[in-house]
Amino acid sequence: MIADWPLLSLFVWLPIAGAVAVLVTGDRNAGAAKWLALIVALATLALCFPLWANFDTTTSAMQFVERTPWIAAFNIDYHLGIDGFSLPLLVLTSVVTVLVLIAGWEGIDYKPTQYVAAFLALAGLMNGVFVAQDALLFYVFFEGMLIPMFIIIGIWGGPRRVYATLKFFLYTFLGSVFMLLGLIYLYLKGQSFQLADMQAMTLSMSEQTWLFFAFLVAFAVKIPMWPVHTWLPDAHVEAPTGGSMVLAAVMLKVGGYGFLRFSMPIAPDAAAEYAWLIITLSLIAVVYIGFVALAQQDMKKLIAYSSISHMGFVTLGLFIAFALVLDKNAADTAALGVQGAMVQMISHGFVSAAMFGAVGVLYDRVHSRQIADYGGVVNTMPWYSAFVVFFAMANCGLPGTSGFVGEFMVILATVKMSLGVAALAGLTLILGAAYTLWLVKRVIFGDVANKHVAELTDLNAREWIVMSTLAFFVLLIGLWPEPLVQVMQTSVEALLQHVTTSKLIGIPG
Amino acid sequence: MIRTWSDLLPMLPELFLLGMTSLILIAGLYIDERRRGLVHFLATLTLVFTAILTLRDFHLGERVAVAGGMFIRDGMGDILKLFVYLSTAIVFVYAKYYLRTHKLFVSEYYSLALFAVLGMCILISGGNLLTVYLGLELMALSGYALVAVDRDSPTAAESAMKYFVLGALASGLLLYGMSMLYGITGSLDLTEIATRLASGDHPKVVLAFAVVFIVVGVGFKFGAVPFHMWVPDVYQGAPTAVTLFLAAAPKLAAVGMAFRLLTEGLAPLVHDWSQMLGFLAMMSLIVGNLAAIAQTNLKRMLAFSTISHVGFLLLGILAGTDTGMAASMFYAITYALMTTGAFGMIIALSNAGFESERIEDFKGLNQRHPWFAFLMLLIMASLGGFPPLIGFFSKLYVLQAVINAGWLWLAVVAVVMAVIGAFYYLRVIKVMYFDEPEHEHPITAPGDVRVVLAANGLLQIGLTLFAGTLTALCVAAFP
Repeated sequence: MIADWPLLSLFVWLPIAGAVAVLVTGDRNAGAAKWLALIVALATLALCFPLWANFDTTTSAMQFVERTPWIAAFNIDYHLGIDGFSLPLLVLTSVVTVLVLIAGWEGIDYKPTQYVAAFLALAGLMNGVFVAQDALLFYVFFEGMLIPMFIIIGIWGGPRRVYATLKFFLYTFLGSVFMLLGLIYLYLKGQSFQLADMQAMTLSMSEQTWLFFAFLVAFAVKIPMWPVHTWLPDAHVEAPTGGSMVLAAVMLKVGGYGFLRFSMPIAPDAAAEYAWLIITLSLIAVVYIGFVALAQQDMKKLIAYSSISHMGFVTLGLFIAFALVLDKNAADTAALGVQGAMVQMISHGFVSAAMFGAVGVLYDRVHSRQIADYGGVVNTMPWYSAFVVFFAMANCGLPGTSGFVGEFMVILATVKMSLGVAALAGLTLILGAAYTLWLVKRVIFGDVANKHVAELTDLNAREWIVMSTLAFFVLLIGLWPEPLVQVMQTSVEALLQHVTTSKLIGIPG
Repeated sequence: MIRTWSDLLPMLPELFLLGMTSLILIAGLYIDERRRGLVHFLATLTLVFTAILTLRDFHLGERVAVAGGMFIRDGMGDILKLFVYLSTAIVFVYAKYYLRTHKLFVSEYYSLALFAVLGMCILISGGNLLTVYLGLELMALSGYALVAVDRDSPTAAESAMKYFVLGALASGLLLYGMSMLYGITGSLDLTEIATRLASGDHPKVVLAFAVVFIVVGVGFKFGAVPFHMWVPDVYQGAPTAVTLFLAAAPKLAAVGMAFRLLTEGLAPLVHDWSQMLGFLAMMSLIVGNLAAIAQTNLKRMLAFSTISHVGFLLLGILAGTDTGMAASMFYAITYALMTTGAFGMIIALSNAGFESERIEDFKGLNQRHPWFAFLMLLIMASLGGFPPLIGFFSKLYVLQAVINAGWLWLAVVAVVMAVIGAFYYLRVIKVMYFDEPEHEHPITAPGDVRVVLAANGLLQIGLTLFAGTLTALCVAAFP
């Protein structure tokens, strides 16, 4: 039976094997290589069906577990497993990978096989991050993602690509080495690199504080939080369309996932202690970055800042839970915060991929990302404009789109904690609408601005596939979030159960 | 004491190596230029058979002392020696092409290199201050001569001179430290020294000087800051085939030497020498990484990169524990395999009259030869310690050891410097992948270089899959 296959290993290794096969095929058969890559990506996507069908939503335990000793001397295992947090992210990665390959089908002339191979390798590594249950294995995938992304931005990026890609790499690398020290510390204390053992380990408050901040540096850079977000606008602006799509849709989520897997369960008391800090930083991201987005002249930069602002909602939702779980009456609302954060991550994955994809469509035709170079696109590209308006609505959180569900859940949870915080967070609805709609107004509506716009042609079949698939998922989550919430329900409850149990009990002082 | 010939049996690999090297030395005189490939073949064959003899009675987990403790055969020694043979055999493949194209294809290269290998083996197995010094000098003297193998090159002569003068000074200091140690303990045997140091009162000042001088000697052989001055000049000035040799195997021997002298011999004084090594490690990490950023010559950049790697290597040794030594040994082994790859790539891209040793020479390699660019990407990423390549695991282990020993601040320095170091490895990847080619020198590397280079590059990722085995081997070497 298909359920007996090592499904999670396939998620990791099938794309990587595909990348190797594509590289071997070479640029002389670029067409064949692209088809091969697409088939591999579709096969990986197909694996989501047995995974989702056989996933047991009644348990928070890890499922589809695969475990083999890897480095026995240091108790490092090749240990894979998924729960309700991993599964939606795996699906997101698989969908986005297929769409990225389709979106980059024609625009890439230089070394096209290396391009698709890099994305396949990246997909395998990202899947690895979401399924790894051994902290060191997680770290290996977490860092391994950097190399293909470094190459993607550096080779196929814009004019300042070298600066952007080096900044991206060094920023994230610096963030994660402290996490490595934290993991080593945990290993030396517990003689195990298993995530479950680390989560169960008793730690004193000062240990938790150090670990919390070590993890915070890594994930805050990745997600990214203000004030360590500055690599993101550069990386997004310079990256090719596909790179931006993957970066926004999946790589940022790794940061949020890290908070769920490491910071919160390993150092729950420190997380509760410093929840105010994260909440403050999240609010700054939501409000301040929202204003920054308003001032952008470059479409990609605007969407990049909008991503940071939306990710602020994710961290807000996750850490609002800590303020709430202490209050016994609000335990349900705490779950709402975490769920909202998860839904927001998935939703933002599809919406941001769509927005960057949409910019890519224009860029392929006009080779400019400046808002000022456009105007009145609706006159020449009506279908395209319809999609853009739809995704823009999702980006501002219009009810009926996926963007609404996550933001609404987080704000609802926030109201329970403090009306003031909720009011600030609620500002995003206004700010988000302001910068997104203003962007739409300037680019899409109005009179035809110049001859480039006049010459535009509407979406071709390939772009139709990308846009409509993303629109489908945005609508699906917006109208029927139930399956998504259901899948993560038990995991969220288990996480909250875990974090409310202080690790300090029994430790003097 | 040696009573029968069979007592010498544990030394058989070294004896065989000595015999064959002498044979090659003499045979080299009678083999004319056209048949010089035979010397290469004989030298490689010697390494293979020495390795087989070492494997024949592999001493993992047991310790045999020969000649009254002068020569120690144990797991650590056997593993280090096997990797000395392996890296030297890889070096020979790359070197042959380089020596041929640069009209340096002389049999002396092989006999000197093999004598250096013999010196390394004696050093690794040295159970007595005299054998340690003997091995060290045999290795060093062969090294000085190798650097000057290109007689007509003034830069090579200059670096050989520099290497010799500084090396002789360091040897002198080491010898001075050894003599003080002998004066205090009255023994040359390292196990005996450890026992006598542990018990009884010794003059503090003399002991302090002895430890300082020995640490200086070890630090010089590693090329740790502030005894690193020779490294960049020798790496850059020597012919690449020689740099390649000096970069890999001697680091393995230095780990063996540090183990014999410090971890075993000066075990009771671990607190003193680990403080000193901590300082050397910190300085090496900082100076090596910062100076490498400013380099435009790849060989010189790799020299500073070596210095920073030595900083990491010392982290494991200064922990003074078995796991720390195992981590350092793992580091030295993987480092040897990375650095041979990096220099091998320089050689593979060079040809007659073109050294390919500036970083700009790698511009646009992805367009000229994507496969080589990919291999170099793996090697650079491994040197930078980016997972999932094997270089990451070596850094992980030494960090683990040093944190376990309570040196958290040093671990923080190390990882911050690793991030700074990432920049110059990324720069090599950058010029290969993001820049346009600037020259059209053809790649004329022969088949054997290409095959070995491919294996060497893929090993960086392949070893990750089998990291468990290599780790277990290193841990088992220090029971």
